[in-house]
This record gives sequence, C-alpha cells and structure tokens, in this order.
Amino acid sequence: MSSEIQKILTTDGIPLEESLKKAEKKNKIKAFLLVCPLLLFLIITYVFPIGDMLFRSVDDRMVTNMLPKTYKAMERWDGKELPDEEVFEAFYQDYKLLVEKKTFGKLATQLNYEKNGFKSILKKLQRKLKKFEEGNYKEQIMDVHKRWANVEYWRAIKRRAPAISYSKYLKGMDLIEDESGSITQVPEDRRVHRVLWLRTLEVAFFVTLFCFLMAYPIAHLLATLPMKYSNLLMICVLLPFWTSLLVRTASWMILLQQQGVVNDFFVWIGLVADDNRPEMMYNKTGTYVAMTQILLPFMVLPLYSVMKTISPSLMRAGKSLGGTPFVAFWKVYFPLTIPGIGAGCLLVFILAIGYYITPALVGGASGTLISNQIAFHMKSTLDWSFASAMGLMLLAGVLAIYWVYNKLVGVDNIKLG
Amino acid sequence: MALPKYTETRYRIWHYIYLIFCSGVFIFLIAPLFVIFPLSFNAEEFLVFSDGMKRLDPDAFSLRWYEDMIYGTKNPWGLAAKNSFIIAIFATLGSIILGTTAALGLSSRHMPYKGLIMATLISPMIVPLIISGVAIFFFMAKVGLAATHTGIVLAHIILGTPFVVITVTATLTGFDHSVTRAASSLGSDPVNTFMKITLPLILPGVISGGLFAFVTSFDEVVVVLFLAGLENTTIPIQMWTGLREQLSPTILAVATCLIVLSTLILVTAELLRRRSERIRGINVN
Repeated sequence: MSSEIQKILTTDGIPLEESLKKAEKKNKIKAFLLVCPLLLFLIITYVFPIGDMLFRSVDDRMVTNMLPKTYKAMERWDGKELPDEEVFEAFYQDYKLLVEKKTFGKLATQLNYEKNGFKSILKKLQRKLKKFEEGNYKEQIMDVHKRWANVEYWRAIKRRAPAISYSKYLKGMDLIEDESGSITQVPEDRRVHRVLWLRTLEVAFFVTLFCFLMAYPIAHLLATLPMKYSNLLMICVLLPFWTSLLVRTASWMILLQQQGVVNDFFVWIGLVADDNRPEMMYNKTGTYVAMTQILLPFMVLPLYSVMKTISPSLMRAGKSLGGTPFVAFWKVYFPLTIPGIGAGCLLVFILAIGYYITPALVGGASGTLISNQIAFHMKSTLDWSFASAMGLMLLAGVLAIYWVYNKLVGVDNIKLG
Repeated sequence: MALPKYTETRYRIWHYIYLIFCSGVFIFLIAPLFVIFPLSFNAEEFLVFSDGMKRLDPDAFSLRWYEDMIYGTKNPWGLAAKNSFIIAIFATLGSIILGTTAALGLSSRHMPYKGLIMATLISPMIVPLIISGVAIFFFMAKVGLAATHTGIVLAHIILGTPFVVITVTATLTGFDHSVTRAASSLGSDPVNTFMKITLPLILPGVISGGLFAFVTSFDEVVVVLFLAGLENTTIPIQMWTGLREQLSPTILAVATCLIVLSTLILVTAELLRRRSERIRGINVN
C-alpha cells in the first residue's frame, strides 16, 4: 500500500517517471529525425563511396575475369613445373576470346606489371593465334616464343589469382612483392612515390611553419589594437579568405613570372641582374609562396580568437612582478595561446597536405604533391584502383591528424570567421 | 599602440621591428589581389606592366578584355557564369535546408551519439578535396549523374552542408528554448513555431552558413573537374583551363569581377556576424 502512495501519478493516471521517460524518448526520436535527412544523404553519397574506394583499391579481379578458364584449370597446378595441357588449352581459349573482343591489350598491361616481358610474348601469340590447329596447345604455344616454356611466366599468371590484393598499396610506397612472396623495394629508377610522399609532408610542414611565423605577430596586433583599427586590418585577412582560390593563384602566377612584379622589384633594388632573373614559378619556391599566402588566414583566425580572450592586464602583471617584456611574453602570454596554435597549425597542415590546385598550376614538375599524382591516375592512366589506394593512404594520415585535433581542441569548437 | 614613456631603447627597437614585420605580412596578404586590377585594364596582350602603364598614359589602358569577356565569340564565360550561378544557388538552397534541420536536431540536448554524428556531418570539410572528388565521382558515375548539373549540385551540397551545420549550431548555442516552449503553450504547432519564432532568431547563422556554402560551390574546382562534361563548364573550370593553357588578360577581367563579388560577400558576412552577435548578446542578458 505504501509503495503505491509514493508513486506520483500524472493526470492520466500514468506514473510520472514512466511518462517522463516516454517524453524523453519522444524527444530523442524527434532530434534524430531532424538529423536523419542529412545523415542519410551523406552516408549514401559520401561515406559509402569512400568505402567503395577501399573496395576498389584492393579489388584485383580484372585479370581473373579475363582468364576464367585458365584460373579454373590452374587450381590443380602446384606451380613447381610447367603446367599441363589442360591449363594451356584453357589459356588458349580465354586468350582467343579476348583477342576477338579486342581487350587483350589490357591483359598484356596487367601481366607486364607482374613480370616484365609479358607484353611482347602476348603480342606475338596474338599474331600467331589464327594459325593454331586443334589439339596439343601446349606445344603450339611454346613454339611461339621460348619464354612460354619458362615456368616463371606461368607462375606470374597464377600470382594474380586472388581477388584481393594489397599490391596497389605496396606500389604507393614503392614496394613490390616478388616471386617468392617477400616484400622488397622497387628498382631505384622507378621509386617515384616515396619522393612525392616526403615532398608532400615537407611542403605541408614548412607551409605550416611559415604560416605560424607570419600569423602569430599579426594575430597579436589585431587582438591588441583598438577596435576601429583592427577591424580595418581584419579586412586584409578576410578578403583573401573569401576570394576565389584560382584568382589568388592567378595573381601569384603574374607576380612570380620572370618578367613579373617581384622580379622587377629585385632588379630595381639591384639584388639580381636584369638578364639573370631567377625562375620563381614552376618549382617549389612558387608552391611555398602561393600556398603560404593562401592558407595564412586559416592560421590567423584561430590565433586571433584565442588571443582576443587573453586579458592585457596579465602581461602588465608579469612585467610589474619583475619580468622583462620577453620573459613576461614567454612565461605568461605564449602558454595561453597554445590552444590557438594547435588549432591553426593542424588546420593549415590538413589543408596543405591535400592541396591540389595551386601546386598543379605554379608547382611545375618539382613542386607537385601526392594529390596531383592521384588526379593524374584518375584522369590520365585511368588506374582508378591505384588512385583509390593512394587516396586512402592520404586519408588515413589526415584522419590521424584530425583525431589529434579533436583531442586538443574538439571538433565542435571550430569557429568560422 | 603607443609605447609607455619609460620603455627602454632596445624594446622600442623591437617594437618597431614588430610593427614593420606586421605591415610586411599584411602587404603579403592583400597586395596580390591588387596586382590584378590594373593589369585587367591593360591595352596590350601581355601580362606585364607596359611602359605606357608605368607612365600612367591613358592610351595604355582599355576595356577591351572586359568586352572580350562579355562579347567574345569563342568565349565560354557566358555559359560558365550561367552554370556557376545556377549550380551555386541550388547547392546553397540544398545545403541550407539539409544543414539547418540537422543543426536543429544536433543542438537538442536529447540527441544521441552527438559527437559521432557531428564528426560524420562535417567530415566533407576535413577530408582533402581530392579524395572527396574521387569518391563522389565513383558514386555519380555509378548512378549515372556524372556530367550533369544535378550531379554537380549534389556534390556541392555535400561540400557545403558542413558550413551551414557549424554556423547554425553556433547560433543555436545561445538560443533560449523557453521562447519556443512559450509558443507551443500558446497553441502554435511546431511548423508555425519554427517559421515565426526559431527561424527569425537563427536567420543570421543560416544566411552566413549559406554564404559559405555559396562561395564553396562557386569557387569549387577539384570535384567539378572530375564531374563536369563540356556542357557543365563553370567559371572555376574555365579559369583552371585558361591558367593551364595560356594566361590571357580576359582571365584577369574575370578575376577582377570575382574579387568585387567576394568583397560584397565579405561585407555581407561581416554585417551578419555583428547582427548575430548583438542578438545573441540580448539573449544571454
């Protein structure tokens, strides 16, 4: 009896606790339903496609699909000696079909990645294919070229059998899995990607450093000047921020060209001779200068918003307690700005590491970054699985940095303008 | 920033070095934009200041590149501008609608898994554009929307919503929820409450988020490069092609127009920010 008295009832006679829980649940569903449209939209058009990239980057069924009979026949082959007639016959039939469909060139390219020398013997086989007679394919194929009698080439075909392969990731790091299955570096003259990764990191690091060194003083000035002056100067930061990236890149192309304003100025002050104007564009210098200017506002804004909250009396207190201005700055002011430094540096670093447009326009050959390589494989070589693999490697790096950012400042603390 | 009278000489020197350095950085930031203006009025075809321009000779200046931009026969700028505006307007509307509803849900204190969902919603802003471009291209190619306006608008909605979500969530942090409760207790239905009470209060946030979305779409080139066909060319694509092939002064005329546009957007954004701060200030008090 007593427990029933303690329960408070609503006017409908339902216990209050239950009714509150119900209302809470209703609110939860309501909030979730509001988020749902955007969440579903992004999951379908964005999150899944990124997952699709993961699938594409390890998907290696291209060769398997081109040679279905061969792989079926190869299942029983131990790979020690030359395969028997059955495999040769299956290969002949598969290849004949590819020649009829005129897609044998793709197979040659793919198998040549696996082992050098495949291209020429496949071409030779294609020419001789018409003269083939029925039966005893093993001998007929081996007659076309002596390399067909080399077991190494058949092993290379068998190595392409698994539907999933990490070879694109290895290729992205200039590594290769050799015949015995151990991972080694590719020959020195073909190591292109590691240079690009290192250069991307180097450019991102130095651009972040330059941005920090330039942004810290001006953010400090903006935060300490009286409002009417700082608003005016703030335009210098915000106008580039709102201006089209391509416009800013175009202006750097004009400034940095050999007959450009910067070179004119250097000649005028006598730094360089008129007939010996330095090349400042289409190399790393151009990339550094343009990227620093373009990303600078992203460093200034977070620093400014942190510095704005620091009371000037703290510096005065530091000085009145006997510190020189430098000591007061280093011991009092600087530590208080660390959250802003963290936010600005990580923001600029993340943006710089994935930069594409500016390096492509002012970078030249020695100033291109990993993003340019991804775009190149998407548009020119059409090796989409390799582009996906490199994109995901870059994404993994960015997510790691993003995680640090989240730990340090929190994602929901991002401020715009 | 006057220094106190008792400042020692060496600190005085340091202070002037600091001021000179700051001026240098401000010039570095803003000067590149101004180099475009005079060159776009160049009477010659080269992208350098001619001797006539240095003497301020009126014959060295002309409007021919602006005429070329508007009336030029082979010029794709008209089509590009039309496409850019259509795409940006629809992308902005889509971003505002999806982003604002999501922000309303996210600011509710009942929202489950807030951190995870917020991270997902703003991920298109964090992931490098080149990766977004590849992923969105795969999706659009699969559903047959590559090289269509719809595909590009959808792609720009993806890239634009994070800005709306962030600005509207920020506006809602100072939002006094008792006003909406008061409206409901007076018999208003939720839609009416939103239109009459909530929306006017969060409008500055919505519009400034919309501006970000508009600029993102209007200036976006990486994703469009993967998606666009010949019919879908936009201003950034034309600029990209022009800058890669040959730098003609017509591009500078276009660039000047874009700088004027971004100045207008900057002014609007600043006014909105101040207004929103004022409104939020009143709410807090």
